[in-house]
Amino acid sequence: MNRTIPLDQLVDKVMAELQKKLPAALQNAASQPAANVTESRMPSETGSADDFGPPISHVPNAKWAEGVEELIASTPARIGVWRSGTRPLTREMLKFRCDHAAAIDSVYGTVSQPLLDEFGLFTVDTYFENIDNYLKRPDMGRIIRDDGVERIRRSCRMKPQVQIVVSDGLSANAVDANLRDVYPSLLDSLSAHGLSLGTPFFVRGGRVAVMDHIGDIIEPEVLVLLIGERPGLVSSRSMSAYMCYRPRKGTVESDRTVISNIHPRGTPSLEAGAHIGSVLKAMLEQKTSGVNLDI
Amino acid sequence: MKLTAALFGNTYSFKDLKEVMAKANEEKSGDQLAGIAAADAKERMAAKLVLSDLTLADIRNHPLIPPETDEVSRVIEEAVNEKIYAEIRNWTVAELREHLLRQDTHNEEIRRISRGLTSEMVAAVTKLMSNLDLVQAAAKIEVTTHCNITIGQRGVLAGRAQPNHPTDSIRGMKASLFEALSYGIGDAVLGINPVIDSAESVKAMLIATKEEMEKWRIPTQNCVLAHIKTQMRAIRQGAPADLVFQSLAGTQDGNTAFGIDVKLLDEADDMIRREGTGTGPNLWYFETGQGSELSSEAHHGVDQVTLESRCYGLAKKYKPFIVNTVVGFIGPEYLYDSKQVIRAGLEDHFMGKLQQVPMGVDVCYTNHMKADQNDMDNLAVLLAAAGVNYIIGVPMADDCMLNYQSTSYHDIATLRETMRLRPAPAFEKWLEMMGIMENGRLTPIAGDPSIFM
Repeated sequence: MNRTIPLDQLVDKVMAELQKKLPAALQNAASQPAANVTESRMPSETGSADDFGPPISHVPNAKWAEGVEELIASTPARIGVWRSGTRPLTREMLKFRCDHAAAIDSVYGTVSQPLLDEFGLFTVDTYFENIDNYLKRPDMGRIIRDDGVERIRRSCRMKPQVQIVVSDGLSANAVDANLRDVYPSLLDSLSAHGLSLGTPFFVRGGRVAVMDHIGDIIEPEVLVLLIGERPGLVSSRSMSAYMCYRPRKGTVESDRTVISNIHPRGTPSLEAGAHIGSVLKAMLEQKTSGVNLDI
Repeated sequence: MKLTAALFGNTYSFKDLKEVMAKANEEKSGDQLAGIAAADAKERMAAKLVLSDLTLADIRNHPLIPPETDEVSRVIEEAVNEKIYAEIRNWTVAELREHLLRQDTHNEEIRRISRGLTSEMVAAVTKLMSNLDLVQAAAKIEVTTHCNITIGQRGVLAGRAQPNHPTDSIRGMKASLFEALSYGIGDAVLGINPVIDSAESVKAMLIATKEEMEKWRIPTQNCVLAHIKTQMRAIRQGAPADLVFQSLAGTQDGNTAFGIDVKLLDEADDMIRREGTGTGPNLWYFETGQGSELSSEAHHGVDQVTLESRCYGLAKKYKPFIVNTVVGFIGPEYLYDSKQVIRAGLEDHFMGKLQQVPMGVDVCYTNHMKADQNDMDNLAVLLAAAGVNYIIGVPMADDCMLNYQSTSYHDIATLRETMRLRPAPAFEKWLEMMGIMENGRLTPIAGDPSIFM
């Protein structure tokens, strides 16, 4: 299998690593209590990483105890975890399962309606039908349903300079956790750059390439799609911003520009909003996007 | 070639071998996505019935992807031993299945007939086998290989130490490596997936792993899983590589998408023989996985099991030391849930072994697949029973660089103890010398990574 990751993700990972090296006390201060998670407006970003405290050595009678701590500090990998027989200790095993639980719930969750209302985003569906089918048929997540197309035609300003679209993608949690910060800062950035905005909306069950179908309907100069990423164990609430100059049917992957890993320990949401604005500005100036864009 | 079957009062007709092969597969979301899967359970069974009566000659005489237009097909065709093929050409696929399962068919007989089989015949028989068939038949086949040490012996379960780090930090990589070694993992390979695909980065990691191998006299082999061209540049710059790595696809177009072709693999093969640090004769590490051809739109309407089998046909040409399918990495649009990923893991392992490929499996899943760590426990046990050469070890099964979950150092140690399996003999001797293992069991100091500091 080809297993490579894009350079921007690499940069984000380096940033995340540096963040991780902040004093543990600071991280703890930022964490939220685990109670009432469903009610919480600001759930703790990495879930169990905070709830379980910073990783420490569980190796009893280590040949060099400080050495084990040194090793643990050098990697986010789950090491120095010790064992019972050949199996992991209970708490380590449960910690792993907690992180996986957060990731799964992100995939199967739904974006909060009050949040969408707050920003005046109306909703259209793709042909995804349900989450299970969404996972099996990425092609169906790339086409807006006919009634949605009608709604867009009725509600949206056509041929705007900038079109903003939000979608749950593979993590509804990512939208819940980041939109409130990303969206206003993006609007500020657009107005600072003097760019005019079309009518934003939300796509339920969207894939990245739904941009092309929307491009065909609305014909914007540039389109930005804020979409939930495939959740990992480190963060289940990571969002990406995919941007494209004049997206249309047949647009190829390399025509899109992406800022990924938008979450508090990756690219912070507020910064991301401002950054997206300047990338869109560059696209409009250079009349291109993706690998041809010079930024 | 009879392409019709009567079943439950209906007559099912298939237009060609390609359709029969696709529809005879167990249900896979990837075949459905490609639009080639059976419409329902009865049609699936009709296809299996048709396939069971086809002869091996029928399959060879109707190439799914013609050798004239595809070099993977040519590699597979050219490897067939015509005399052995002539002995079995009139067997039906059903007879091949039963031959493999007979009590008096042992490793040696299977090894011989495998030289008369094409990858498509191997895929065909796989479609008629149950999961337990796949376990039992694979368990008969012993494929041993040697780079710096020998692995693959009956009763041996080796582990790849996969000490990846999200920023390629050498210190961080070594930390995870020490943890692996302290659990007795690393006999298959010390193999790192780099974040940065550059010669400099590859070289740094090859040097770092080699240093530890020399310092602690670890009998194993190192490898950095960058693109083959990057590894070749690193080796030319003096990097010490025991094995070279590449991902393979089952079609020429699929390999083009990976940026490789047979000519490039030949060049790399020549280079690792001249300039590699491994003893050999087996100096390659390949990874594969069902669905990769469809994801690069290079599948030619052929089902993902057959294409996967063709990867092993290509791999065999280079006499690899280790090959593994990364079975659950690709995502739910190809393998939807634990049932499909478990089936695919058993299929891939069997198809590789039947082609005399030294198969390991990366027993794994991503977070959007309907599977969890319990499913990986199950598949790992099944594969250990099937005699898998090695599985992957990452700390607590969580790969912090590739963002997916595999099997852990603990899991490999547990499978060895539970299934009465051992590390590779040369490696076990070293573990005993280090005081980590005694009589095939971990000692009280096992699990302390600071013994390597």
